[in-house]
Amino acid sequence: MALLQISEPGMSTAPHQHRLAVGIDLGTTNSLVATVRNSISTVLNDEDGSALLPSVVRYLPDGNVQVGYPAQSVQSDDPVNTIVSVKRFMGRGLVDIGDVSSLPYRFVDAPGMVQLRTAAGVKSPVEVSAEILNVLRTRAEASLGGELVGAVITVPAYFDDAQRQATKDAAKLAGLNVLRLLNEPTAAAIAYGLDNAAEGVYAVYDLGGGTFDISILRLSQGVFEVLATNGDSALGGDDFDHRIYCWLLEKGGHFALGAQDTRLLLTHARAAKEQLTDHAETRITAILSTGGVIDTVLTRQDFYDMTQTLVARTMQPVRRALRDAGLTVNDIKGVVMVGGSTRMPQVQRAVGEFFKQTPLTNLDPDKVVALGAAIQANVLAGNRQDDDWLLLDVIPLSLGLETMGGLTEKVIPRNSTIPTARAQEFTTFKDGQTAMGIHVVQGERELVSDCRSLARFELRGIPAMVAGSARIRVTFQVDADGLLNVSAREMGSGVEAAIAVKPSYGLSDADITRMLEDSSQFAQDDMMARALREQLVEAKQLLEAVENALQQDGEALLSKEEQVKINNAMAALRDILQTTDHLALKRATTSLNDATVAFAQARMDSNVAHALSGRKLSELES
Amino acid sequence: MGISLTDNAAKHVQNFIAKRGKGVGLRVGVRTTGCSGMAYKLEFADELGADDLQFSSHGVTLLVDPKSLPYIDGMELDYTREGLNEGFKFNNPNVKDECGCGESFKV
Repeated sequence: MALLQISEPGMSTAPHQHRLAVGIDLGTTNSLVATVRNSISTVLNDEDGSALLPSVVRYLPDGNVQVGYPAQSVQSDDPVNTIVSVKRFMGRGLVDIGDVSSLPYRFVDAPGMVQLRTAAGVKSPVEVSAEILNVLRTRAEASLGGELVGAVITVPAYFDDAQRQATKDAAKLAGLNVLRLLNEPTAAAIAYGLDNAAEGVYAVYDLGGGTFDISILRLSQGVFEVLATNGDSALGGDDFDHRIYCWLLEKGGHFALGAQDTRLLLTHARAAKEQLTDHAETRITAILSTGGVIDTVLTRQDFYDMTQTLVARTMQPVRRALRDAGLTVNDIKGVVMVGGSTRMPQVQRAVGEFFKQTPLTNLDPDKVVALGAAIQANVLAGNRQDDDWLLLDVIPLSLGLETMGGLTEKVIPRNSTIPTARAQEFTTFKDGQTAMGIHVVQGERELVSDCRSLARFELRGIPAMVAGSARIRVTFQVDADGLLNVSAREMGSGVEAAIAVKPSYGLSDADITRMLEDSSQFAQDDMMARALREQLVEAKQLLEAVENALQQDGEALLSKEEQVKINNAMAALRDILQTTDHLALKRATTSLNDATVAFAQARMDSNVAHALSGRKLSELES
Repeated sequence: MGISLTDNAAKHVQNFIAKRGKGVGLRVGVRTTGCSGMAYKLEFADELGADDLQFSSHGVTLLVDPKSLPYIDGMELDYTREGLNEGFKFNNPNVKDECGCGESFKV
């Protein structure tokens, strides 16, 4: 018998179609998986009741792999094959990593991304991360009783495209469908429900085991925009442990300890640090392998004093981030605390004093990122009502349509957040035109032929009108999954047509990159091509208008010479239509225009006279 | 008759509703879908429907639409844990046959 969860009103799923989705915090030190169950975001524990999975992977000579605590416990015995903090290598080349001499791994330089030689062969950081993700996926499927439809995976806000792509690849390798990559500070803000809060600027202070990150986010209309990030990649909870360790050594007069004693004291230091979060003092007792004994009491005040400089060091990146964002402390509406080290009271106090407000701490700082990712995953999997959409993704290339002359008219510019909808009005080109072809394209180039064609459809049944007087509103709508709907509506008659397309279909990331590069490279060519096409459209339009006018009123209003003069100008323009010189085309168009000024004036006078004849003045004045 | 919750299930429902921040009770029903004909529906209820039948069990309000009741009359909901998985279990005396997954049933 399957076990059921409570759905939101009206959102029950059919049997075997539960939309199981998870959020994953793929951390440098620890990773977590969370899901929304019974409408509550919950971190999923392993069989031992532990939520954190140490991000440690050990490769054994027989090809077996250990992940998490088993790997962590042998880390110092088998450092070469036990990969810790693999996140630092994701999407990085050997040169990006910098000083590798302090790391125990056998690096292999490979194009694009560094690789690691282990007992089980050469592994890329993507493969190592996939092992971690695989364990989390298995845990989630066992906990939720079914296959996952997808996952939201968090990445640091400063991750570039290569690092994000590597993270996506790792997920794919682990058999996970990535619903979205989400910035870690954004996930934390979502966990606190700030996406439902009033608009404003928020700071996310993330002090982990070995790294410190500060992000300044702006929330507007449900979208979090990262205004600035800063941090210190070598500052975290471990440094606080180390200060206690040094204090113990000084106090007891112990020096030059062996590796085992060092590890023992660091473990005690860490325990003491955690004790001092809830207690005013803590006793540290340890027997060293040298026979030396440590038995001392550490007070909260002593701990505060010895770590004061560490806390102060986090404030420099905070100031820099604020300056980069062009903001002051007074602009910050809320501060979110992330990372286990933010449990320390002195950190909370310092942050509170700096920002002049109490930071948000009521969620577990180790879990807050995963909890937020799970909330986002739940929405993307379609388990909440439509009015609750979170708006967080962007479209990679502009979406637009073809206008006369094979030109692209962008309707939704690239980097617009989705879901989004934009409408633009277009009109008919010819008198009496009753249908309009709509060609949907994607890309940054000016000419349709250089963009990617996505779909074509026709709007029929437009009432016959003079060219330019029909009002056709074309609406582009992209939903949260990146699906595009295009509809066209003639505003006067209400006739409509629509089509659904998937904009990213068939476009690989390489294609997208190439198209973006092309657009800047060919900007000049594109501009000339656009000018020519526009001129051509104008020329043809004028030719047609003059022709119509001549047919109607030529004989009546023009002398023979005038007719010849206009016909000559028309012939000159027709002859030059094939040119690539837009200036020559413009000159010919202008001459035809000039040649017809008197004719146009005469036509207008004649029309007015015609309209007025036989009517009394009083009728016209009303 | 009607439907009821075990003590454990009621505690969980109360906890979920409290954390969710809104809800007047739990809506239980059946839908004609699934591989064996009928499937359970289990949702938070934000408002009472005009036709809803109401039952109270360990302080939790249970709402059932009159059409669903014959299929689940006398049912007790339990909350259990199976390995890492946990959730609600339906002990329904009306079930004659259910599919392997237990998510849909026949009466």
